Amino acid sequence: MASKTTTADRASAAAEPGTLALVCVVAWAIPGGAHFWLGRRQKALVFLAALTAMFVLGLLMHGRIFSVDLQEPLGTLAAVANLGLGLPWLIARFAGAGAGQVTAITYEYGNTFLIVGGLLNTLVVLDAFDIAMGRK
Amino acid sequence: MTSHLAVLSVFAFLVSSVFAALMKDTPREQLRTGGLMFAGFLATAIVLGWLMYPLPL
Repeated sequence: MASKTTTADRASAAAEPGTLALVCVVAWAIPGGAHFWLGRRQKALVFLAALTAMFVLGLLMHGRIFSVDLQEPLGTLAAVANLGLGLPWLIARFAGAGAGQVTAITYEYGNTFLIVGGLLNTLVVLDAFDIAMGRK
Repeated sequence: MTSHLAVLSVFAFLVSSVFAALMKDTPREQLRTGGLMFAGFLATAIVLGWLMYPLPL
């Protein structure tokens, strides 16, 4: 008789340190990626759609992807928040996107979308970690 | 898209979707929580907007 895998079984199987680290890396790199891996497919789709939309809309609204600059503490905080976006952030950095256009009327809106998107993806990483630990 | 209300609504919709998916497990609960959160975002923004209307005094 085939045994049914429960959420707890899946979580305990993933609770080794190496796997946990991998779960966090996947969750960071692809919004919803770790949730998909851990069997939370519906949540994964919501995260992928919403966070990708926030990132794309932020760029379309001429938002800026901040760089770490210790002379500008607030800019550095924004850079840390942007970093939470994972692979999309990395691709945008390499593609030279996210330079920001300060004179655009939607510049601050774009920044808000990019910063909040990154922070939300950080929460998604923590949620994936909790699931992998068997806490949820 | 330069309408403040439109941008605000899109932002509220996306943020409430993510929070609802994080906080609740079933689609029904997620819809309820997300809807309430979305309405709360919009109501708060509109009320705060009107409260700040006379500023600066």
